[in-house]
Amino acid sequence: MQRLSAESVTLGYDQRVIAKDLSVEIPDRSFTVIVGPNACGKSTLLRALSRMLKPSEGQVLLDGQAIHSLPAKKVARTLGLLPQSSIAPDGITVGDLVARGRYPHQGLLRQWSPEDERIVQESMAATGVGELGERYVDELSGGQRQRVWIAMALAQQTPLLLLDEPTTFLDIQHQIEVLDLCAQLHEEQGRTLVAVLHDLNQAARYASHLIAMRDGEVVAEGTPSSVVTAELVERVFGVRCQVIPDPQTGTPLVVPAAPRRAALVG
Amino acid sequence: MKAIRIPGGLSFRAEPRAMAVVGGLAVLALAAGVVLIGTGDFTIPPADVISSLLGSGSPAQDFIINELRLPRVLVALLVGASLGISGALFQSISRNPLGSPDVIGFGQGSSVGALIVIVFLHGGTVAVSLGALVGGLATGVAVYLLAWKKGVHGYRLVLVGIGAAAMLTACIHYLLTKSTLVDATRAMVWLTGSLDGRDWAQVWPLLVLFVVLLPLVLVYGRPLRMLEMGDDAAYALGVPVQRTRTVLMLCAVLLNASATAAAGPISFVALTAPQLARRLTRATGPNILASACMGAALLVVADWGAQRLFGESTLPVGVLTGMVGGVYLLWLLVTERRAGRI
Repeated sequence: MQRLSAESVTLGYDQRVIAKDLSVEIPDRSFTVIVGPNACGKSTLLRALSRMLKPSEGQVLLDGQAIHSLPAKKVARTLGLLPQSSIAPDGITVGDLVARGRYPHQGLLRQWSPEDERIVQESMAATGVGELGERYVDELSGGQRQRVWIAMALAQQTPLLLLDEPTTFLDIQHQIEVLDLCAQLHEEQGRTLVAVLHDLNQAARYASHLIAMRDGEVVAEGTPSSVVTAELVERVFGVRCQVIPDPQTGTPLVVPAAPRRAALVG
Repeated sequence: MKAIRIPGGLSFRAEPRAMAVVGGLAVLALAAGVVLIGTGDFTIPPADVISSLLGSGSPAQDFIINELRLPRVLVALLVGASLGISGALFQSISRNPLGSPDVIGFGQGSSVGALIVIVFLHGGTVAVSLGALVGGLATGVAVYLLAWKKGVHGYRLVLVGIGAAAMLTACIHYLLTKSTLVDATRAMVWLTGSLDGRDWAQVWPLLVLFVVLLPLVLVYGRPLRMLEMGDDAAYALGVPVQRTRTVLMLCAVLLNASATAAAGPISFVALTAPQLARRLTRATGPNILASACMGAALLVVADWGAQRLFGESTLPVGVLTGMVGGVYLLWLLVTERRAGRI
């Protein structure tokens, strides 16, 4: 029994059903990445796993209990989420924003313990923003800002961390930076990470467990090398391709087929 | 931010600058209150006012101060503080500086309630206050329900509120056309917003509500700070998003309605106080206490100005806040537009 799982959930917004009777288990201590074409339900699944979206049927289980029946603050001490879009309050410093990650551990009369202080410092150091504590978040670059948000999620000190498209809006250098950071958190701190990613090659390189979705269903899951095959990529994404070993890591690398027109010219 | 730790595991966190601003504004509001008590046809020096308030003044001055002028100043302080908090809460919830109760229809709702009592029921002062209270609450509930779409979101709240304000303003004019000359005069006086002739009967309900709601607002102020980062981020941190928002909106509507019931629709204090307070504290979050003190100080100073600045004729305080606040709103619209937020 894994700590986080969805049991035959039906997910949707209003009347529109996005996934029906979907079951997923997140392996403990894995870096799980969910991939799939647009509108396949991958972000919806992540929202359900992070209790932002209540399934109309079935349930999401956290440590064997229905996640929606647990107190919000208690869940927030076990499961963290980096949402796709967050608003940095006007004029907030990096240190104060990261400190907000301690909220679920605090009370009205216990607002700031030495432990809070230490964890905030550690989280900022781990994400490489330790020097930016006094800077205003508005002044930072996109990549720095994303690392600050990750630092806030880290300060929450949750064994499980969910990330909704953490690399969107970042250029390639910052994408790699953020993913390297995730891999490091997974390997060095033993946290369970679940991320939604758009880039299949990045997913294959960084994930320890891959879930491929299409039309609200899980098409395949397992290690990247077992999941990412030419046949599956065509089935899930509708793209003809060749899969070769990544020259750097040996993980599968998807090379889309050249258009026929190019082949004719060549 | 500085941490304050007390042995026994208690700890608090606050911005030193914000605390200094709260203290400074509170002193300013109280000092202006003392000056205002001394102001009138019969001028009393501040030292005498203070000794009377402390219970060691002459009987004649005691009567003027404690029975005639103190209630008016207390109403001003409480109304200003209530409006300041109400504005701070709404602006934080809607994440929009224009999401203020006098812009999004609650003041107008109270006016319609009060005017119905004046025009159709010919009720007395207490009845008019009750009408304003009911009108404000009803508008609050209606706007909340109309703006509800899987939870209340800032932009919707402001748009629905502005629409409601326009419709309610039409209702106010309709009610004025239906009234007799005597009632219409009375209605116009009420609509201006004034502190004239306020006595202890107005102080008590304001005070009770304020004392009950302030702790609730402060407790929920912590999760409200988290809500400013967006619903998802707040939810991820374990904030009960909808409950926080509903409780705080209810508090804000009640504070605004009780203030309006006591003094009429005093415009722009709820809009400006939180923003001025924030400029001083430079702190994130709703700045609840600073907004309360700023609102109180603003209204007391405005009331003093309305009594003294225009020679022999005294103005209702609502006229002064309206004139000054209108300029501020214009400035705000221009800067917000430049910043690309509207």
